[in-house]
Amino acid sequence: MSTSSSASKMLDSEFLGMRCRLIDLAASLDRIDRSDGAPPADPRMAQIRRGLEILAGDAHDRATRVQLEFSLPCDSNPSPLTPRP
Amino acid sequence: MYFIEPHIHIASRTTDDIQAMARAGCVAVGEPAFWMGYDRSNVGGFYDYFRQLTEWEPKRTANYGIRHFAWMGLNAKEAENVPFAREVIALLPEFLDKPDVLGVGEIGLHKCTKNELATLRELIELALGRDELLLFHTPHLEHKLMGTRMILDLLRADSRVNRDRVWIDHCEEHTIRLVRDEGYWAGLTLYPTTKVTPERAVDMIEIYGPERLLVTSSADWGPSDPLAITAMMAVMRRRGHEESLIRRIVYENPLTFMRQCRRFDFTPPQ
Ligand SMILES: [Zn+2]
Repeated sequence: MSTSSSASKMLDSEFLGMRCRLIDLAASLDRIDRSDGAPPADPRMAQIRRGLEILAGDAHDRATRVQLEFSLPCDSNPSPLTPRP
Repeated sequence: MYFIEPHIHIASRTTDDIQAMARAGCVAVGEPAFWMGYDRSNVGGFYDYFRQLTEWEPKRTANYGIRHFAWMGLNAKEAENVPFAREVIALLPEFLDKPDVLGVGEIGLHKCTKNELATLRELIELALGRDELLLFHTPHLEHKLMGTRMILDLLRADSRVNRDRVWIDHCEEHTIRLVRDEGYWAGLTLYPTTKVTPERAVDMIEIYGPERLLVTSSADWGPSDPLAITAMMAVMRRRGHEESLIRRIVYENPLTFMRQCRRFDFTPPQ
C-alpha cells in the first residue's frame, strides 16, 4: 500500500517538522555538552551517534534500523527488517 | 465516524475522559487487566481489581453509551513471584466466565526473566484449556525485540494455538513484521515517547496493510491520550486515505477480533 502523495508533496508537509526535530536533537546534544561531567564514554551516547548515522544513510527502513540499534541483542533470524519492495 | 478503543485502562481514567471519548465517536472499549502503578500486597487486591473491571467500570462507561469489555490476566511486572502469581491465576476462571470478558490478557513479559516466563506459561495454559482469546503485552524499549521473540517462540511450540485468536500488542517498526508474518494480530500503541506516534502508526499501516492490525491508545495512569485514535484518524485523512480504510482500522478490525470470543454479544451501531 502506498500513499497518494508524491515525494515532493510529502516533503512539503514533513519539512518543517523534520527541521524542528533536528534542531531539537542538536540542542539536546549541546545541552549535554554544556552540563558538568558530561559522559562522553556513556554507551548511550554511542547509541545516539549510531542512530544519527542510520538517519544519514539511504536505507529505506531507517526507523526499523534505529529501533534495532536501541534493542538488546538477540539472534536475528528471521530478520525484523522489511524486505526491499 | 464511530470507533472502538480495544486497549485502554479505564480504571485509570477520569469520567471526563470517558465523556470526551463518547463525544468523539467511541462506542466500545476493551480494558485489559494490568499493573496499576504499584504491586498489590495480597491476592485480595487482585480480586477487588477484577471486580472493578467487570462490575464498576462497565457502569461508568455505560453512562456515556460506551460498551465495556474486560480482559482477565496477570501482568508481567507482578509475575516474578511464581507461587503468588499462581494464587492470582486461580482467581481468573470465575471472572473469565462473566459475559463481557473477552479472554486472557494482558499477559506477557517485562524484563524477560525465568520467573516471568514460568508464570506466562501457566497463564497461556489456562487460556488454551478454556479456548480463550489471548492478548499479549510485549516489553518496553530495549527489551521489546527479545521479549516479542520469546513470546512467539512459546506460542510456536504449542500446536493448540490458533493464531487468529491471538493479539500481540505494542508492536513497533522492528517487531510488527515478525508478528504479522506468523499470522497473529498485531497491535500498535499510540503512546507518547516510548511507543509509536500517530504518524508512525500510519506509516506502518501503509507499509504492512490493514490485515490483522489493531491500533489503540493503551491510555492508562501515565502520560497517554484516550483520544489518540482520533489523532491517528486525522493523520490518515490528511494523507488522503479512504474513509473505508480508516473505518476498517478503528472499527471493523476490532469487531472482527472481538467477535471471536464466544461471550461477545454486541450490536454495533452502523
Ligand atoms: Zn495495557
